[in-house]
Amino acid sequence: MPNAIEVDHVSKRFRLSSERHSDLKGRIVNRRRAKTVIEEFWALKDVAFDVKEGSTVGLLGHNGSGKSTLLKLVGGILRPTSGEIRRRGRLASLLELGAGFHPELTGRENVYLNASILGLSRRDIDARFDDIVGFAEMERFIDEQVKHYSSGMYVRLGFSVAINVDPEILLIDEVLAVGDENFQRKCLDRIKRFQKDGVTIVFVTHAPDLVRQICDRAVVLDQGEMVIHGEPGEAVREFREHLLGRAAEVLDKVEPTKKHGELVRVTDVAIEYPEADRPYVRNGESATIRIAFDASEPVDDVVVAIALHATDGHVVFGQNTWGLGEKVRLEGSGEIAFELQSVSLLEGTYFLTVNVHTREGARMLDIREQLDHLDVLNHDGNYAWGVADIPVKLDLSKLGGGT
Amino acid sequence: MAGHLADIWSYRELLANLVRKELKVKYKNSVLGFLWSLLNPISQVIVFTVVFQIVLKNTIPFFPIFLLSGMLAWNLFALSLAGATGSITGNHQLVNKVYFPREILPLAAVGANCVHFLLQSIVLLATIMVTGVGFDWRWVWLVVPALAVLLLLTSAFAIFLSAINVYARDTQHLLDVVLMAWMWVTPLVYQWELPAKKLHEHGIPASFILVNPIVSVTVTLQRALYQQHYVGAGAAREPMLPMNGQWWYLRNLGIIGACSVVVFILAMRLFHRLEGNFAEEL
Repeated sequence: MPNAIEVDHVSKRFRLSSERHSDLKGRIVNRRRAKTVIEEFWALKDVAFDVKEGSTVGLLGHNGSGKSTLLKLVGGILRPTSGEIRRRGRLASLLELGAGFHPELTGRENVYLNASILGLSRRDIDARFDDIVGFAEMERFIDEQVKHYSSGMYVRLGFSVAINVDPEILLIDEVLAVGDENFQRKCLDRIKRFQKDGVTIVFVTHAPDLVRQICDRAVVLDQGEMVIHGEPGEAVREFREHLLGRAAEVLDKVEPTKKHGELVRVTDVAIEYPEADRPYVRNGESATIRIAFDASEPVDDVVVAIALHATDGHVVFGQNTWGLGEKVRLEGSGEIAFELQSVSLLEGTYFLTVNVHTREGARMLDIREQLDHLDVLNHDGNYAWGVADIPVKLDLSKLGGGT
Repeated sequence: MAGHLADIWSYRELLANLVRKELKVKYKNSVLGFLWSLLNPISQVIVFTVVFQIVLKNTIPFFPIFLLSGMLAWNLFALSLAGATGSITGNHQLVNKVYFPREILPLAAVGANCVHFLLQSIVLLATIMVTGVGFDWRWVWLVVPALAVLLLLTSAFAIFLSAINVYARDTQHLLDVVLMAWMWVTPLVYQWELPAKKLHEHGIPASFILVNPIVSVTVTLQRALYQQHYVGAGAAREPMLPMNGQWWYLRNLGIIGACSVVVFILAMRLFHRLEGNFAEEL
């Protein structure tokens, strides 16, 4: 199989400046100082891999790992600082659904505009128009102005246009996370059909589950560096381990802020998994969060709180010592452990926030925001999705029909 | 360079669709719709006629025809540049998310104004018919090379400005000021001979006016479409436009055309160099 995409030792540098000087005055005034103001930041460092024609590759990494940057480079939206990207075949990118939809135009007009942005000719669009509208289930609203659409309708129409472009290479950026469950299922089916038709697919995700489900290969990125390019299972394992290793590194580097941590300092947070050689918990297993602290003088009536956040920042679970009916007095150095007796969560990474405050006046003593995280893996055969793992019993006895 | 042009050519349907979008969006929800495109030059004619013919008593015969024959081309030039300058920054959601040759965006702004220009030309032609001034067929053909050069010049500037504006957002505001001044130094409302005479008094040849590149276009259009070459009567009768032959006009267009090609190539080069970072700057 020839390669559809070759990523040849690609690096990408962004220039960040605390203040953007995109006006003339700023440019002139800051010309001298420009060098010091601008901060360089390598979003990608020497990334190299090939994608075989007709294969599906997942780009795994957490926020800021450079996976979206890589996708934009492959899509020709950004240009690499060094290295080269070679592509063969007609490209469609689902970087954002309905990019370029104009609110004042009708759905019909926008379909034509959007499809021509993606490279379809008018005749092609005429031929596919009914398919596009049908897939999006938008027949009734297609002649309405897009500004009256709900966000779900917007996304459905955008996706529908994009997949009807008949790409040879398809780039997908976490768009599968939108739309309702029914539509997501439909999208996934469509992607599987693309795979059968020999379309090369590159997609970005931080859902390892999806990678195992549909990818032939996976690339794991961390802080712009390629950690591994290999089999999905292998890559997912590496992804988890690497994430964990890096979190520990970050932890060492972080100094407690001056303001907080004067009286009480959280010196260490450790998550204890059920088995020592397995840095994750399966649904329903237990895990222990150990918080080591150091109090420079005795403090009475302290509340120690923990919270787990999903990757999108939502709090999934929160609890504290006061809520558990305990009054805490900190003195010298010591440790507090929260044993989560049953982690009823589904597969994913959950970031941990720990804070220590006084109950009276709620004075913050120390806080560690999302430096640590809890990894949850599904039991084999657990196909539920979402965040909460709720045991379900199915009753089919009243189904009727054959016995 | 050739590759880029081929790339743009392969996206010509997108260009047509973006032009269509721009026109549709502009007149969506307005009662008069496309009529506004015609009302604009008509109101220009009324205002300038009142100010220059009635208040300031200039005696240019068939002033509306004279005015429109140059002014429509200027409007195409100025409005295209104004539209093109903000075209990349205004479409950041597209530039950030989808690949297509970015030159399409400023070119679409030029295209939309071409459509306006064609519609407005109907007003001009109708005026020429109604007034009975008629055409001089030996000159009318100069309209074709004049418009070709105008289009090339406008596109070159449009591409250049749209790229610059991404890095220096002041460009669009600066442009407004420059365009206003530029319009008044271009012989559109007054005739060529007015500045030519002044320059002559200072010993500067009249062709100095041609340093302003748009003049070659507008003065050719005026000569080709406007049949009244003299202002005043009797002893005070004097020419309005350069009384040179067709070759003089064609030569000027040729020079500006050649310059436009060079500017166009430079603009494309610059655009291509800056383009790689558009998505980051927006």
